[in-house]
Amino acid sequence: MKINDVILQTVTKIVVFIILTMAVYLFISGHNSPGGGFIGGLVLASALVLLFLAFDTETIMKRIPLDFKMVAAVGAFIAVATGAASLFLDIPFLSHAYSYFNLPVFGKTGLATVTIFELGVALGVVGVVVTIILSISEDV
Amino acid sequence: MIKIMLGIALTLFSVAIAISLYRIIKGPSIPDRVIAMDMIGVNLISGIAAVSILLKTKAYLEVILILGILAFISTISLSRFIERGVIIERKRSG
Repeated sequence: MKINDVILQTVTKIVVFIILTMAVYLFISGHNSPGGGFIGGLVLASALVLLFLAFDTETIMKRIPLDFKMVAAVGAFIAVATGAASLFLDIPFLSHAYSYFNLPVFGKTGLATVTIFELGVALGVVGVVVTIILSISEDV
Repeated sequence: MIKIMLGIALTLFSVAIAISLYRIIKGPSIPDRVIAMDMIGVNLISGIAAVSILLKTKAYLEVILILGILAFISTISLSRFIERGVIIERKRSG
């Protein structure tokens, strides 16, 4: 008997967008409430894992042509670079700036350079988790 | 009044989690264990919702969403493992 998984693939096409929205929300809700780069990266990685589960690795890797080891390396580079940038300004390593700006749509908004560091952390987590999942599933 | 109701609900949720834990340990076949694990996830989500009503806080709502996602993915992957033996395929067969 031929097995198909139409229901799983149809559900996945909708649910992935919900999970990605959740990941972006968790990433932005940052340092004042639960969330941040690590958790946002983990939820993003779980969306990718759901895609790999419902479809197969070749289809997804054709649509998302990223080397996830490179994603992890770029994330680690961004995280260290934002920390090291404070060395050139003669302040301690990993110091971060925080200020308020008047943005067109949002009004008065507090922006911090921690967000760039968190972006690096999120990319590193996504790269490492997807690499681990793919290399575990490889050997069948 | 609502505190008593939520307390009773939390007690019943923990009883349900204990019963499904028994099914996970004892369960004769693997599908029983998968269903019991999914049931633990659902009861945990409901319990956290009751706790967050009881404490009048919104801090646990993200926990509910993430537990929902994780329970969904783990149930799918376990049932796929039972049915196919392979969780992530390299090339789709059928």
